[in-house]
Amino acid sequence: MEDMQKVVLEYVIDEYVEDEDEELTPDTPLISGGIVDSFSMVSLKRFLENKYSISIPDDEATPEAFDSVNKIVELVKRFVK
Amino acid sequence: MAFNEKIRKQYQDELEEIRGAGIFKEERFIHSEQAADIEVEFPAGSSLKKVINMCANNYLGLSSHPEVIKAAHAGLDSRGYGMSSVRFICGTQDIHKELERKVTEFLGTEDTILFPSCMDANAGVFEAILGEKDVMISDRLVHASIVDGIRLCSAMHDTFKHSDMDHLEKKLQLHADKRYKVVITDGVFSMDGDTARLDEMAALCEKYDAMLFVDDSHATGFIGKTGRGTHEKYGVVGKIDIITTTFGKALGGASGGCVSGRAELVEMCRQKARPYLFSNTIAPVVVSGVLRVMDILSGSTERRDKLEENAAYWRKGLTEAGFVLQDGDTPIVPVMLFNAKLAQDVSRDLYEEGIYAIGFFFPVVAKGKARIRTQISAGHERHHLDKGLDAFIKVGKKYDILGKTKQEIIDKYGL
Repeated sequence: MEDMQKVVLEYVIDEYVEDEDEELTPDTPLISGGIVDSFSMVSLKRFLENKYSISIPDDEATPEAFDSVNKIVELVKRFVK
Repeated sequence: MAFNEKIRKQYQDELEEIRGAGIFKEERFIHSEQAADIEVEFPAGSSLKKVINMCANNYLGLSSHPEVIKAAHAGLDSRGYGMSSVRFICGTQDIHKELERKVTEFLGTEDTILFPSCMDANAGVFEAILGEKDVMISDRLVHASIVDGIRLCSAMHDTFKHSDMDHLEKKLQLHADKRYKVVITDGVFSMDGDTARLDEMAALCEKYDAMLFVDDSHATGFIGKTGRGTHEKYGVVGKIDIITTTFGKALGGASGGCVSGRAELVEMCRQKARPYLFSNTIAPVVVSGVLRVMDILSGSTERRDKLEENAAYWRKGLTEAGFVLQDGDTPIVPVMLFNAKLAQDVSRDLYEEGIYAIGFFFPVVAKGKARIRTQISAGHERHHLDKGLDAFIKVGKKYDILGKTKQEIIDKYGL
């Protein structure tokens, strides 16, 4: 769980945070906080699916489910065998 | 009445919010032809003011060129005013095909299709050539018209950080399983004036079997040794699969755009691109003008050479005066002010000094990156540039920003 949290957090920071001074925690709102837009959610979903060899159904990949690193980890864990 | 008072009030409130946010756009009325020297009515109702235009996309100074106007007149006389039809019914003249051939030859591609505008070309091209099995990977700073085209297409969309080749390569790896991959970029980025590294991008596309798309609207006619565009500058003529560009900027500046590239992709646009299928194409009078422009540019590099010299002179002058500029070597020279209000104040004061240059700030550019975007033209003579420099220095002194670093300007005016 901690490893996955670290991996997702690092990916989100590397991918979306342009300002080096901006702090991001596992609970920072990503979609509602304007850090990740709905376009970019697609690549985040694809990254998770490739990384953990899972398939997240489109109706599960909602903005709410992707709204923080911790929520993403919860979602991914449901699909990892 | 559907548009009742309640609805009217809601729209009025929304417009007030835009005004309150300081992003309400007002037009300035030009009473002369488009050129380096123009006469402007601003604010509305005020007397005319003669100013030097430093914010037009008239890069080659061809917008009001006598030979272009003469050719347009001749075209009007010989081919009429309008077509009253889309291309595939009865809206294609010989001169439309002639222009498509000339653009193909000029850009070094396989085929070309005209669109009513480059906005339409970008809006229609992706949907015409891609589907659900494909992916579009775009630079994060591409033009708004490309973003709209991407939205209209069912292919997956992803982005890479601006001009970051390592990030682009990661994305190409991530989407390796997709049927078609298209990497999408502007040739010259309109707000910053920097160029896409097309040699590196073409190499990556070859490595990962991706197609390369370039919007060269701010490049066609003057970037590269013979003005072919950004692909000429980076030595990759013939390696760009899709180029979109406009006739509304350097190439006479009237209207119209095109998709130029691989023959099969152009043909797909002819069969499926909705702005092409459901809208009249470029009017004969404009086509006639652009044909003359293509002849002028194919015959001599004089105008793009003068533009290059002018842009270098302008950039050097501003740098020596102590302004912070965005790096680059194109005729787009952004003077960085960082603070939105400062950009508006400087623009207003420059106008008082007879220089027409607009301030850009969020949401047009990122927060904290407000600037005056100056655009140089081959239509500018040395005296225009010198007067512009004098005005910039006078206004720069007033706001005490000459010789100051980015941080010092931010400390003084905030973000």
